[in-house]
This record gives sequence, structure tokens and C-alpha cells, in this order.
Amino acid sequence: MKRALAAFALLTLAGCRQVPSSAPAAKAFGAAIVDVSGEKQSAGVGAVLDQPVVVQVNDAQGSGVAGALVEFSAASSVWFNPPSGLTGSDGQFSTTVRLGGMSGEYSLVATTRDKTGKPLQVAFPEIALDYQQTLGWELSEKYCSRCHNSESTAEKVSNHDNLSAPPHSFSDGATLNQISAANLIAIISHGGAALGKSPEMPPYSPTLSASDIDALAAYIRAIADPPYRPQGVFNANP
Amino acid sequence: MSLRETIRSACRFLFGDSARAFGSLSVLLLVLLAIVPAKDHFREWLHYQREYQDLIRNRSDAVSLARRFLGGVQQIWLPELGVVDRCSTCHVGLGEASLAGVAMQPFRPHPPIPHSLTEFGCVMCHRGQGAATTVEEAHSSTKAWEQPILPARYVESSCGQCHERPLVGTPQLNAGREMLARYGCVHCHKVMSPEGRTMTATDDPPSLEHVAAKTTREWIFVWIKNPQAYAATATMPNFQLSDDDARDISAFLVSQSTPYLSDASRKTPPVPAQDDAAALQQGSSAYGESFCASCHAMQNAAGLMVGGNVGPELTRVGSKVKPEWLAEWLRNPKVYDPDTAMPHYRFEEKEIGLVMGFLGSKTDSDFLANVHLDAATPQQIAHGKTLVNERGCAACHEINGVSHLDNFAPELTAVGSLPLAKIVFAPGMPRTLPDYISAKIRNPRSFGNALKMPQFTFSDSQVDSLVTALLAQTSRAKTVPVALRISAALSSTYQPAGRAGQLMTDMRCFSCHTINGRGGDMAPDLTWEGSSVQRGWLVNFLKRPNTLRPALIRRMPKFNLTDEEANVLADYIMIVYQTPNFDRDQIDASKFSAADTAHGKDLYYGKFACNSCHIVDPIKDKGYIGPTLTQVGLRLNAAWIFHWLKSAQALRPGTMELNWNMSDDDARAITAFLMQQKAASKEGTSR
Repeated sequence: MKRALAAFALLTLAGCRQVPSSAPAAKAFGAAIVDVSGEKQSAGVGAVLDQPVVVQVNDAQGSGVAGALVEFSAASSVWFNPPSGLTGSDGQFSTTVRLGGMSGEYSLVATTRDKTGKPLQVAFPEIALDYQQTLGWELSEKYCSRCHNSESTAEKVSNHDNLSAPPHSFSDGATLNQISAANLIAIISHGGAALGKSPEMPPYSPTLSASDIDALAAYIRAIADPPYRPQGVFNANP
Repeated sequence: MSLRETIRSACRFLFGDSARAFGSLSVLLLVLLAIVPAKDHFREWLHYQREYQDLIRNRSDAVSLARRFLGGVQQIWLPELGVVDRCSTCHVGLGEASLAGVAMQPFRPHPPIPHSLTEFGCVMCHRGQGAATTVEEAHSSTKAWEQPILPARYVESSCGQCHERPLVGTPQLNAGREMLARYGCVHCHKVMSPEGRTMTATDDPPSLEHVAAKTTREWIFVWIKNPQAYAATATMPNFQLSDDDARDISAFLVSQSTPYLSDASRKTPPVPAQDDAAALQQGSSAYGESFCASCHAMQNAAGLMVGGNVGPELTRVGSKVKPEWLAEWLRNPKVYDPDTAMPHYRFEEKEIGLVMGFLGSKTDSDFLANVHLDAATPQQIAHGKTLVNERGCAACHEINGVSHLDNFAPELTAVGSLPLAKIVFAPGMPRTLPDYISAKIRNPRSFGNALKMPQFTFSDSQVDSLVTALLAQTSRAKTVPVALRISAALSSTYQPAGRAGQLMTDMRCFSCHTINGRGGDMAPDLTWEGSSVQRGWLVNFLKRPNTLRPALIRRMPKFNLTDEEANVLADYIMIVYQTPNFDRDQIDASKFSAADTAHGKDLYYGKFACNSCHIVDPIKDKGYIGPTLTQVGLRLNAAWIFHWLKSAQALRPGTMELNWNMSDDDARAITAFLMQQKAASKEGTSR
């Protein structure tokens, strides 16, 4: 067991290079640390997250503290640039994150210390996608997100609110986790009408291949929040 | 007791008489005989295999897992690929999907990929020493094996060894390859595909042969010192020039510049004064209506960059260009740069003045504030020319008196297999190839101040993408069997003929549209456009293109064509760009019955819910992903709609429209309904 872990550590260390840095000394101390942005992102294994991860150190009144030391930590294969530093004048500290080489959930922990030296922490869950899930993400960006993502930008206007049955966000685990794997694939393949749901969901089987649809389902499962935890034991593929 | 005496007494004890000697030698022999089995017992891979058996023992699927477990050294041998992989000796659970929850290596199953492990092995993608049976030898560089396992973040590079065509599912590799072409890497570094195709640049660094007509020496001075200070999106890297060097290079560039206009006496049109708010507003409208933002970005008041990246950013263009140059450029850009991607707009002089007024207001008073250059001396000009030669400016730009440079920098065709022994690492850096390439891109001068490679401003993820693309350039890629290779799409040099061809060149249709495999991807593929549209609509659209897809920022500009020009283009498109798969006139829309139309409407709103994405009734319908169809009966012909409904992807591969595989009856009914959509509109506004 120990050797396996050592081998794992060796592997992951080989794939990662920490920016050499000496953590500066804290100039101030906060009473709380909160997440500002950058949680629940997904990216391919070993890819840099699109958005930086931002935390804020607050005093007892809830306003930002400048000069507090924030240190990020996670599994050894995760790379931070920079891994530690002092908060700016708004009390915030931001770092760029590259996830490790294994797919799955990662927890990034930001730590600061209060006046007594007690550590204060906030965790950021992030998801690394394997090849199949990355493929699903790319297909989803092209075919699905215009309706399933309600966020609208000038370059990509969302159609979500125009539909009579608003589509579920792909990260809506509370709903989508209830749908069995076979049903999820059937809905994507044959459309909503075929399964007694809204006909606004079109059938994708003549357009996408079966493996593309599998990839979409894998992506939906990967980013589910709360996470998708299949019940029971599955048999290996025959 | 001395040492000698001790040895003597020990010998006497062990070999004192024949019985003792026999006993001792027997014991020694037994020990020697035990060494080999003991060594075998402690082998690393055996240890992992025993651990795996412990792992699966208490699972409910233990029986099936145990049945598939093969003990001993496992090997995948693929002579054609040069693969001898024993990785599955320790990575025993690679094919066991049911172990998906196991986090401990080496027992995790391989994530699903399109290739079978037994057909491709492991080292094709992960590199490392496949034949090794110890953790250290398989994953790390050893004296006998240089190439360690590839960090997972670059694993897409291995796809690039066979796949030259952009692949869905490898975003990082695709982005890296695009960057090699877009950021000018391949101007200096030769990069060849395994098939011997040289990668070509997609950026278009301007010729500097007439640069003094376009801008001032002061602007050149500030620009070459730090291009990103002028435009955050500039692709030109920073050469970290000293003030003196920048002074001399700017002096040389201005001195070598020649006039480009045969008729230098042309006047600039009247430009409204900078305090004429109404005229500036008109200029801004003209800029918007011409859809300049489809290609050019500009920082808006909120600090956001708005617009495309085909042409240069224009946030501070008023501090850069000379008015007389800008007027000529807006009249016809090809006079200054025959190869520009910018279309010839056929603006009226008054419009040119308005646009000039608007662009002239895009200045930055700080930008050239503290720049004062004395008149250049001949020594400075000569020194500038030397610097231009040394720094390789002519690898990207045309410059009078300096010959174009090929292979200015080392070739990178096989950089993914560069032997570590040939690399000079900077002190303190990790001694691996990916780390070396990444450090070179991040900060070239960290390897020595005399190096010529300039400083780029890339984000962490951009650097990862570039490293991924470069690591795909391996020597193994050349030995991949031809049957496995997915070649890049052949680049097309298609050129339409005759006067229509001239017009299409003049308007730079190929900057945005693709026809017969040539062109950009900003606008629809026009290869079968003649089968799709009605001639009357096309002529109208060419003269007054406006919003077919209201949700898009990037749209077709108005080129101010004459009637004759629009007709020439329409004739050519209608006759030449026809699909051979069906006859445009095979369905006569006038023969549809009212019942067909009514049935089609039911299908449109019911079974197929077309209204999720398209608008037919602008008051009731809301979907706006696809084009509005309020006037589709005037725009498209019936046969196109019919075939589009059956199999859109066959007509325009990659379109967002699904292949509906509709029955002939359903497709016919919806076609009938759509051909009725002929809403009248104010000409030139919403068509």
C-alpha cells in the first residue's frame, strides 16, 4: 500500500512543477475567509481552469483585510500560480490553477490565519474531465449550451428563457442524477417527445454518433452538483 | 583477541572436521539456492499483483474480476508501431470499468477513449519505457532511457502524432497548433508535418516598405519597444529593445520607406472636427453599420474588448495612422497592401470622412507623450539596419534592402523527440523536455540575454497549449503506419473565375466565407448557395445585407455594390454554386395545397417544435438560435428546404441544424408551410 502511494506520489510529482516561491510574511490578519469566485469549474485533466480562483479575507465586521497571507493547497499534482501571497487592498487574493493529471473531483483549500494563529480555511471544489468528458463538453458547447445554459453573453445569446419548458442546467445534479443512464441517453438520442417530455428537446441520434452521445452523458454526470454517485455495484463491461 | 585469531577460530568452528565442513557447505548451498526464488518473490510487479488481489477480494464482483486477472508479466507487442509495453503487468485494472471508483494507482481503470489499449499499447500516448517492469524505469529518465512518462497535461500531444486534422476532444492540441500559426512562431521556426507539409502562418505581418506613409517614427519607436502597450491584443512579441536600439531601428525603417501612391496629390476628404459630437456619432454609426467590429476589436468605455481578431485592434488607432494614409486605406486597402484581408468597401468620400473622424478620436494622449526623437544620423540608420538584420525582423516583415529570412530560428519538426543531451538547461530548472520548452516560451531570455527569441505574453493555459502542440512533433510520428494517419485537410487554392471572381477577390469574400474548401469560418459556407436561395433575394441581400441572424454580433457588411455588380455576383452564385445532389427546381411551391400548409404548421409547432430555435411569427415565437424564417418563402427555394429538413449535415457539414431524418411527407408539409412565410418588411431593415 505504502509503495503504491509512493509510486502515485512520484507519478504526480513528475507531472507537476511548483512555482518556486517563498511565502511572504503576513502584514495583517483576518477573522474569516470566504470564496469570491472560481469554484465548481471544470477543465480537462491537467488543464488550467478558465477563471482564476479568488478568495477574500475579512475582518470581524465582514470587510476585506489587506495584507493577509493566503496559502493554497490541494493534491500534490495541482499547480497554483502563485501558490501563496498577500491579499490586495480589497482583501482579495487570486490564483491561477492547473488541475492534476487524474480525472475526478479536486478540492482546493485556501488557508489564512487569524491573530491567534488559528488556521481559517475555505474549500473550492473543482472537476477535472477525462477525454470522454472533455469531448462531451465540446459537443455540449456546440449543440446544447445555447438552451441548457441560461447565461447569456453578447457572443452567445442564451435561448433558455424562450422555451416553454426551461431546460435543466447540465450541472443540476438534483434533477439529472435521478435519471438513469439508459434514460439519459434515450432522451438525448430520441428527443423529449419520444419520452413524454417537451418536444423542444430535439432527437440527436441522426446527428451525433452513439459514442458522441455517450460522451455527452459522461460529461453531464461529471459536472453534476451534487455529484453523481451511482448506487450499487456495476459489473465490468463484458 | 585479534581479528586473525577470530577468523581462525570461526573457520575451525565451521570447517574443523569433514562433518562440520559438509554441514556448513550444505547450508551455504541452500542459501544460494533460495536467492533466486526470494528475489522473484520481492519483485515490484508481483507485489502490485498481490495487492490487486487483496483489493478485489472483498468486492461483490470479485469472481468476475479474478477470472479476468492474469498473473505474471503481461505484454502488449505491436511490431508495426514499435510498441513493447508491459505496463499492464502492474496496471492490472486498466480494462475494468467497475473499478472506476478506485483512486489508488496502479489500479485505476483507464478512462474511456476511442482507441483500444491492445491495439495501440500505452507508450504511444504516455511515452516512458514500455518494456520496463519497475516503477522507476518505466516512468522516469534513466541512463538507458531518456524519455520519461509524459505529464498528463500534455497527453493530447500524443494524439497529434497521427491526427493532423483538428480533432474534437483535444482542445489543447488544437489551440496550440492554431497558436503556432497565429502568433508567428512558424515565420522563424520551420515546423513540418510527418508527411512533409510545412506549417504556414495565419497571421499577416504588414510589409514595412512604405511604413513612413502610414505612421510616424515616434509611433514606431514606442511600438517596437512594447507592442502590447499600444494594443493589448497585439500578436507582435516584445523584443526588449533599449531606447537607443529602438531609436536606431525606427530611424532605419523610416529611411528605407518608399512612397506607395502613384498619385500623391489626392486630397483627404473633409474630416469633421474632433469637437463635432454629431459628426463623431455619425462616424461611430458608420463604423457600426459597416460591421468593422466583425474583424477589429476596440476597448469600450467599460474597458471590455469588443470585436473580432482578424484585423488589428483599433483602441488607439488615432495615435498611430496618418490621416492621408487612412483616407487611402478606407478608399481601397489593396492599394497599400495587395494581400490584405480587408475588403474594398466602396465608401463615398463623405462616409470616409466620418469614419476617419471617429477613428481619429480613438487616441491616447499618454501614448506618445514623452517621446522626442532627434533627426536620425547616418550612423544611427546604419546601426538600425544591422539590428534589423540581427533580430530577424525580415522573417515576418518585408523591408526594403533586407532580404527575407527563411529558417531564422531552429527547426522544430522533431522537437518532441529532442534528446536531453542536446539541451542546455538553465540552472535550477527541472531537466525534462516539457519543462524546457515551456520555460523557453515563457521567458526565452532566462537562457541568456544574447538569445534572439523575443518575449511573448501568453497565459499559463496558452503556454500549455503551445507545449502540447510542439510535443506532438516527435520522431515516432514519422514512423506511424500510413493507415493510421489522419492527414490534414488539403488546403484549397480555389479561385472563382471571371468578373465575379474579381469582385469576390475585391470584397474579400474568403476572409469570412468558405467556398469549395477555401476561406474563413466566420460566415456560412457558400459552396451550395446557388441551390439554396432565390435569385431576387440574393441580389437584394448583396446590395443591402442586414440581419438574417439577429443574435449575432458578426454580420455581413454593406459593400455599396452597384446594381450591375450585384447582378454579376448573383448570376455566378446561382449558376456555379449548385449541389449536384438535387435539382433546385424539383419542387414547385405553387402546387402545395392549403391542407399541406396546415399540416406543416402543426408539425412545425408540434412534433418538431421548430419554434424552439426559429421565429416564423415575430410576435408569438421567441426562439432565436437559427435564422429568422419570417421571410424564408422569399429567401430559400422549396427543394433546398425539403432536403435540409431531411439531412442538413449532408448539405452543410458542421451546421448546428440537426439531421432530422424526416419522412418525405413530413418534410414536404413543413416545406409547404415555410414557403408561405413571405412577410412584407420595410426594405433594408429586417430582411
